[in-house]
Amino acid sequence: MRKVYLADDTIISPLGFSTEENLQNLRNNSTGIKEVLDDSIWPSVFYGALLDNDSLSDAWGSFSNDSDYTKLEKMMLLSVSKLLKQNPSLNIHKSGIIISTTKGNIDKLREKNNNKAYLGSIAVTIQDYFKLEKTPTILSNACISGGLALAIGKRMIQSALFDDIIVIGGDLLSEFTLSGFFSFQAVSPKPCKPFCKNRTGISLGEAAAAAWLSSDIKNSKRSVIEITGDATANDANHISGPSRTGEGLYKSINKALKEAALSSNHIDFITAHGTATPFNDEMEAIAFNRSGLKNTPINSLKGYYGHTLGASALIESIIARHCLLNNELFASLGFEELGVSQPINVITTNSNQTIHRVLKTASGFGGCNVALIIEKTG
Amino acid sequence: MAELREELKEKIIEQLSLEDIEIGEIGDDDPLFGDGLGLDSIDALELIVLLEKDYGIKLKDPKEGKAIFESVGVMADYISKHRTK
Amino acid sequence: MSGKEYYISNFCTIRNGCVFKNGKLIYKDITSESLKDFSKNIYKFMELNYSKFHKMDELCKLGFLASEVVLQNEENVDEDTALVFSNRASSLDTDRKHQHTIEDREQFFPSPAIFVYTLPNIIMGEISIRNNMKSENAFFVTETFQPHFISNYSEILMNTGKASSVICGWVDLDSNKYDVFLALLSTKGIRRLTKEELSKLYNQ
Repeated sequence: MRKVYLADDTIISPLGFSTEENLQNLRNNSTGIKEVLDDSIWPSVFYGALLDNDSLSDAWGSFSNDSDYTKLEKMMLLSVSKLLKQNPSLNIHKSGIIISTTKGNIDKLREKNNNKAYLGSIAVTIQDYFKLEKTPTILSNACISGGLALAIGKRMIQSALFDDIIVIGGDLLSEFTLSGFFSFQAVSPKPCKPFCKNRTGISLGEAAAAAWLSSDIKNSKRSVIEITGDATANDANHISGPSRTGEGLYKSINKALKEAALSSNHIDFITAHGTATPFNDEMEAIAFNRSGLKNTPINSLKGYYGHTLGASALIESIIARHCLLNNELFASLGFEELGVSQPINVITTNSNQTIHRVLKTASGFGGCNVALIIEKTG
Repeated sequence: MAELREELKEKIIEQLSLEDIEIGEIGDDDPLFGDGLGLDSIDALELIVLLEKDYGIKLKDPKEGKAIFESVGVMADYISKHRTK
Repeated sequence: MSGKEYYISNFCTIRNGCVFKNGKLIYKDITSESLKDFSKNIYKFMELNYSKFHKMDELCKLGFLASEVVLQNEENVDEDTALVFSNRASSLDTDRKHQHTIEDREQFFPSPAIFVYTLPNIIMGEISIRNNMKSENAFFVTETFQPHFISNYSEILMNTGKASSVICGWVDLDSNKYDVFLALLSTKGIRRLTKEELSKLYNQ
């Protein structure tokens, strides 16, 4: 079976317009979640990680004079443009492209008959901008999309359908999703606090990211980072409520470990989903305990980014790659005191330590779960 | 009060898409959740919206819903005391 | 791509008021005025007794019904059956309904029962719950049905042991225009799985 390497990446988020800027903010434990007063999104103040329009326009301006793109399009195009600029050897025309998004340009649904509200419009925009022969495929699989897109990219490379895959992820913080999560009583009145006793729900965020998956080890930079295991599993339990036994997450972790030929004690660090809703975090703690991972250092990056939906698991996997490259761990921001019924080892301060293997997990509406094993193999 | 209870039964069937259930099948004291009508967590959230939309009652803490949505009878009592429309 | 041989064991098409199983018309209803009534009539025709059906959005109902047809009298599926679905409009039909509830700030009552269906993969959650399938799910959005991509990806899942069988296909709904095609892929059957065959069955 061919090996699949995470060769390079970019993140466009409130924490910066490059992966390096994002990492710097994580090192400083700075959050992108702020008090927001923006009537186009919500009539009153709320906490969320909003990408500043002016900063985005400035960053976009260095690549294109064409301002006729939507916010999400700019974010996604910028992430890919930067990735290509960083990697002259990456040929987008020969690469497979998977776009991970849950809602695309959903802010355009408000405008009657605006075809940008179709999820597929974002794929056509990316095709046209980069003058691609084929329209990229969109994956829309709730909050696991970003991680599942990496898994699918890996599988396509392993099956020799492509040598290189570019995974692009992105979602907006919109009135559409915010109002829905409010109706679920799931939005935190304060910045979210994953796994904490005092957690009161999610904070939403917006971001885009791009990652290059390659079959060629020579495209690796510094150390070799490989995706060695992946799996998804459905809870078959409820379409919105997390499973009380963590069944699907447990199953996906076990399958991913099996593929990587590892056992749970080989995992040095878990970058979890950790949305900070009472039920989600509890479900994860149960699944990690069932998987023998209760002592493994764990964090959620939602305290930095908010929940960026289709981008979240992609961004968290990218950060995991850099944690492996730099041998560093980031504190789970917002965490004070353990607030789940099963013991887990939440990281409370940044640290530098040698790490070889990371488990990335995510779970979402529809009962879906994903687990990825990301390893430093050279 | 009897009128409000009937109205609630009608709304519950309509709002929660309980197509297989007739108004007459819901007793005033039948539990709505668990073994009763078999409602789930989304239904509970939907009932919170119903309280606000139709009766102008905004729950301060969604956890209050658990006690209020015990049965149609309990719900009707609560609504008649707190309704603003 | 090397690997075992796979077969299209069953397939179902729902189109223009008709339901086909393995190419044969099993139900026709061109008189229903709404999609809701049409789906309910298929539900009754199939003598289903599943109260969750009535709570689903219209996209889920269509996919659910097609999955019931495909899985009828089928004993070869287990919890490792993967679901690989695709469509053009994602969940736009229900997205519009949710948008409608938040259009007016004076009458702002977003409904959790609607919002939960504003993701296309929920349909796979519903089918997983119904059939106790605890396996791989992926929902792709493409302009048209892509038999090549979908059969390739389904074969990958079975070749790598990630799934024992796959239900794949197309479940699209946009402004009452619907097009549904689901196929059960497994190691048993008479129709060899190829992209040409999948394309032919979708188009027939």
